[in-house]
Amino acid sequence: MKIYIRSAAAISAQKTFGDVPFLTEPVEYQETRLKAIEPDYKDYIDPKLIRRMSHIIKMGVATARECLNRAQTDMPGAIITGTAYGCLEDTITFLTRMIELEEEMLPPTAFIQSTHNTVAAQIALMLQCHEYNNTFVHKGISFESALLDALMLLKEGETDNILVGGTDEMTDASFAILTRLGLYKRWPLSNLALFNTPSNGSIGGEGAAFFLLTDKPNSNNLAELIAIKTFYKPTTIENTELNINVFLLANSLKTEDIDLVITGRNGDLRNDAIYHALNKSLFARNAKANYKHLCGEYPTSVSFALWLAANIIKKGVVPAIVAEGDIKPHAPKKILIYNHYQNNYHSLMLVSAC
Amino acid sequence: MSSTVYVAGVGVISAIGNNVAENLAAFEQEEAGMAEITLIDTRLYGNVPVAEVKLNNAELAAMAGFSSQQSRTTLLSLIAAREALNDAKIDNLSSLRTGFVSANTVGGMDKSENFFIEFTKNNSKGKLRDVFDHECGSMTETVADVLGITDYMTTISTACSSSANAIFYAARLIKNDMLDVVVAGGADSLTKFTLNGFNTLMILDKEFCKPFDDDRDGLNLGEGAGYVVLVSEKVAKTLSKPMYGKLSGYNNSNDAYHQTASSPDGTGSYLAMQGALKKSGLQPSDINYINLHGTGTPNNDSAEGTAIKRLFGPHYPPMSSTKSFTGHTLGASGGVEAVFAVLAIKHGFIYPNLRFETPMKELPFTPEKHFLKGQKIDHVLSNSFGFGGNCTSLIFSAS
Repeated sequence: MKIYIRSAAAISAQKTFGDVPFLTEPVEYQETRLKAIEPDYKDYIDPKLIRRMSHIIKMGVATARECLNRAQTDMPGAIITGTAYGCLEDTITFLTRMIELEEEMLPPTAFIQSTHNTVAAQIALMLQCHEYNNTFVHKGISFESALLDALMLLKEGETDNILVGGTDEMTDASFAILTRLGLYKRWPLSNLALFNTPSNGSIGGEGAAFFLLTDKPNSNNLAELIAIKTFYKPTTIENTELNINVFLLANSLKTEDIDLVITGRNGDLRNDAIYHALNKSLFARNAKANYKHLCGEYPTSVSFALWLAANIIKKGVVPAIVAEGDIKPHAPKKILIYNHYQNNYHSLMLVSAC
Repeated sequence: MSSTVYVAGVGVISAIGNNVAENLAAFEQEEAGMAEITLIDTRLYGNVPVAEVKLNNAELAAMAGFSSQQSRTTLLSLIAAREALNDAKIDNLSSLRTGFVSANTVGGMDKSENFFIEFTKNNSKGKLRDVFDHECGSMTETVADVLGITDYMTTISTACSSSANAIFYAARLIKNDMLDVVVAGGADSLTKFTLNGFNTLMILDKEFCKPFDDDRDGLNLGEGAGYVVLVSEKVAKTLSKPMYGKLSGYNNSNDAYHQTASSPDGTGSYLAMQGALKKSGLQPSDINYINLHGTGTPNNDSAEGTAIKRLFGPHYPPMSSTKSFTGHTLGASGGVEAVFAVLAIKHGFIYPNLRFETPMKELPFTPEKHFLKGQKIDHVLSNSFGFGGNCTSLIFSAS
């Protein structure tokens, strides 16, 4: 069975939402936190509801709606989301109030909306969709888990179109904590120069990307999602190479069949060492692209990479801002996305022209 | 895709016992696990009973053979998952494709809420190790690492239906021939965050909860962990012990009515139960016992009861809410109750619905009040419904 990406939509730190040029006007930031550029939510969500919704809920619901609009579909056969941190803003609001008010007179709204499944639930509520609804919350493979669930549901014949998305938000508190944990660089820099001065730490990001997956051919489909695979804590670079080769082989492909490799470089020395090694071995002759200088690093950022890959294939263009190195790809037909999260969770996705 | 998925092992820790045997003994003695709050420093002390696991973190850590610095949720998860895996007695586990699919609702919140006391005053303060494992996925990862499971792991969080979804996602990984063995279920420890959250919703009963009683007044929060070891048909054939049963039906539907409240008709509950029956190829009359979601809130029990009436009437199988023993263990409840469901099949038990006195006016049926032995139970329906309209039903059948 072939599975297609019927439509895709993304809110990110770049101009990616709605009918916009394809990353030809990259947005530059001079800090280690990239905030999502938010659309006018009134066009997507009932204004009465917007006021009560947190940042992640608005991003998720609006992106889901835009994705369905692009597919001209009213009702998906399932809704599946991935989020590592969940509804942080509401969680921290309730937690902080609980501490400051010493457990008295707490309003319930933040608690109600703090559960990790709130985005998927609010989409179901908005659409009145009674179908399968699931939320995966596993660190750097939250989105991949959601995607795998969707692929299985389609193969099981449970439905023929599934809305699947990745969402994560950054709050002031989480940015402060993750900075203290050493995830981000200690001084401001231009995101567009992220790969020029390798040092410890990356830049933080956030966003939402949704996809409508279907097994139905359609001339408007963006791309085919051939396969996805995750692997955990490979012990050596050879082990990582083996996993990638096995994955390609299982799909009857070799590295030379891949027109473009999108990797998860994030500017952190240790993180990027793995990509550097692969770029000299397995991917030495492949055209390459990166994306985290545009959207920042976050556990579901690979959903941005999938949005990027689907659009590259449909439009037949690799935006100059994502291309790396001297090999210039022309209208890629097969793209491999390879990302790892802190060298614990590695993921591979194969996207192809239909 | 039509291959059967069997339950080869079970493990549970809850307010009524630290392992399977203790939980079953408490059912037989009809002894509930609720009491005053002892483990959390909260203003709610004395106002609401809770169903705590009767071991502090140091005792849990000793039992788990692991660090007491871990989240209580991790310790509960490890204890029950390991019991399940040991129970399954799979000798050649390392040669099989093995996964861990776990669920929880608030991750390492029990540690994070400590961190935030200092952090809220000054964001350069607070011990980072208390917030390092905040993510839900951290619980799963830590336990998988201890159990040596590396082929696949993931975490599901859909509020109170979380671990029921984990179980059937795990079964589908086997049916899709991606894995041979999966430890699946969930864990949640009590936290100040959830206690206060449910308190703001005004759905905590000040007394021991009374599920499906006309005078019910809310739920009691509990904590615990429950896991089943699911195996493929091929693996089941190689095991010397009898299987507990098979996962014959499952469905996840959404109520799409309100973020926290259930629709009056129990639309989501109805669709989940109906979908699970359809998947299993069974008729309502084939079900021998329903393990109710039965939280004890006016809203849930009315919606769930209405859906059962519509689907099962006029012939109702015995049913009960084991939350009258364990309290509502939230993200763990689907796993804990799945364990109870397959044990009901294996031993021919029906668990009592404690403290039931007055039938609900709108329902023509009542839950089972006493512990029953020697029943022939071939098919058990287990319900787990949660915030966000997430409704999941599982059907376990004798193998």
